Amino acid sequence: MSEEEHCKIKPEEVTRRDFLKTATMWTAASSLGLALLGSLKFPKPALFPDIPKTFKIGKASDFPVGTEKVFKEKSVVVQSHRDGLCAISLICTHLGCIVKAERKKFDCPCHGTKFDDEGRVVYGPAPKPLEWLKISQLPDGKLEVNIAKSVPLGTKFLFS
Amino acid sequence: MSLTEFFKNILRLPKTLKESIIRHGKPTSDRTKSEVVMSNIFLHIHSTRIQRYTLKKTFTMGLGVMAAASFFILIVTGILLMIYYKPSVDLAYDSIKDIQFIVPGGRFVRNMHRWATNVMIVTVFLHMARVFYTAAYKRTRSFNWLIGMALFCITLALSFTGYLLPWDQLAYWAVTICANIAGSARELTDLLGITRYFDVGGLIKTIILGSEEIGQDALIRFYWLHCAVLPLLMIVILSVHVWRVRKDGGLARPDEIKPEELAGIEVDEKAEEVFNNAPQKTYGLMCLVKGKTPLVNKGPEDTIPSWPILFIAEFSIFMFILAICCVLAYFIDAPLRELANAAVPENPAKAPWYFLGLQELVSYSALMGGVGIPTIALLGLALIPYLDREEQSVGRWFDNPTGIKVTINSVLYSSIVTIGVLAFTVKFGWLRNWFPDISQLAIILINPGTVLVAFFVLWSMICMVKYDSTRLSAIALFTCFLISFAILTYFATYHRGPNWDFFWLKSQWPIH
Ligand code: FES
Repeated sequence: MSEEEHCKIKPEEVTRRDFLKTATMWTAASSLGLALLGSLKFPKPALFPDIPKTFKIGKASDFPVGTEKVFKEKSVVVQSHRDGLCAISLICTHLGCIVKAERKKFDCPCHGTKFDDEGRVVYGPAPKPLEWLKISQLPDGKLEVNIAKSVPLGTKFLFS
Repeated sequence: MSLTEFFKNILRLPKTLKESIIRHGKPTSDRTKSEVVMSNIFLHIHSTRIQRYTLKKTFTMGLGVMAAASFFILIVTGILLMIYYKPSVDLAYDSIKDIQFIVPGGRFVRNMHRWATNVMIVTVFLHMARVFYTAAYKRTRSFNWLIGMALFCITLALSFTGYLLPWDQLAYWAVTICANIAGSARELTDLLGITRYFDVGGLIKTIILGSEEIGQDALIRFYWLHCAVLPLLMIVILSVHVWRVRKDGGLARPDEIKPEELAGIEVDEKAEEVFNNAPQKTYGLMCLVKGKTPLVNKGPEDTIPSWPILFIAEFSIFMFILAICCVLAYFIDAPLRELANAAVPENPAKAPWYFLGLQELVSYSALMGGVGIPTIALLGLALIPYLDREEQSVGRWFDNPTGIKVTINSVLYSSIVTIGVLAFTVKFGWLRNWFPDISQLAIILINPGTVLVAFFVLWSMICMVKYDSTRLSAIALFTCFLISFAILTYFATYHRGPNWDFFWLKSQWPIH
């Protein structure tokens, strides 16, 4: 045997028995692994309860300029200004507490965020201003607030 | 023939039955006592003989056993509570009320459950501090420190998931806040403008709550975690934890122990004889032996039999904890507020006391305080044994006089810095008050919480350079975090009132 030949690495021979053993082991391992992965997906909810996203607030005439109505159940305040109606969500953008609507400001009881009359953060940890929500008019003239649709801060809606 | 045998067997039944259960003699001699310890599955997590140093009261203070004892009380009372508790949004609150006011002994059992939780959290904390300060995470024990961290997290998770179950105002709002903390990764994705495509925060939140809002799904999930998943995990991991201590040769102890350190601990006179009496024997390494040398031709280790001294010690600790819980449970009721109401938050909405330090941080930035800093702290803790690999003596509080000095300095430093930052924040506010339009990113990165962390890291770096020791640097950092956490917890408990405003006294809170 020459020096060169000696140094060559010969591939190890694999017997049929070894091959089958290894193959079986990996098949078992991968099926168990996949089963585990599959069951990890189990806790992810596929269906959400159908909570209505809109609610009616009455007619436009119920809101003469200057009124402010808090809809406690929905955590929304509707204000009527000279240039239209607006709906502001009372859910704190920090961690979801309900802010107290006071004259010209909103205070959050949980970590002390203070918002100004338009919902901008003036103090505290909240990262975003309060959400302004879309108000629309139904064919029968009633007004409806959509909690899932936010509009830019300061958007007001005029209805006849 | 076999008929007489048969009748004889019936007559012998009590004796054979007993012998089949207990396969050794009465524990009267040292030998049979050892046999009891070795062959009983519950006792064999102890070795048959233990180091006398282990029993030194000022060394461990029994904290680990205390934590385990309170966990045991929690299991028993928890199982009792499960008889009456109904995990449904409509029934949960009433069932807790029934337990509190109607079920005979219900009030006491529920109070016990509550108080044992508090005891467990305190002892787990102190146990961790003990292990850290006595350097017991060193040598072969690094991984067991990690297991301990896992147990720590499970303990907190257990107490937190239990918090929702009464479905009262306290529970509802604490969980609302925490679910939103879990979702606060949104702060970051919002900033990058990718929330619409990649909403990690939202995903985590929906998985925890099982829905988009807190409701029946969340309650069931918390119940499932609290009563099945987490206790099981706890038991399994706790067993591994204890088993590894046993396999590492019992509790960590100093290499050189002075006789006066062992004053007052029982001695086993017979221990002297054990190794010297068989000079004709040859000793070999029959199996793999841990440590540097096998114990041949060396003086006997300073051990005593576990039975009965160790068991008496453990049992008295258990009775002590039980007594504390009983007294507290008898006199002080676990809180129960009004039924959960999604429209009106508690004011102030405070988490359980052991989370208040975090709540204070969260009141600066949800993402940093609720996710970032806890992650940093846990990671830092977990990595201690891997980053500090100094060879040193273990098993003594603060190692040596330098250790004591560094600890005291760190306590002072951390107190001053923490109180300073808190006072500054209360007095002058923070970035958003000075620059109303500042980007959220700046607040995420620079807020009182991160400033504190930066101060502490700086301090531990200084210690590392000054003393040229990773161990002392670790002591500095650990002490800083511990003290700061304690101060924050105290501060949020006593000086934060409605709207999370600062108050000197609770009596100054405005009346609603
Ligand atoms: S939830 Fe409003 S400040 Fe934290």
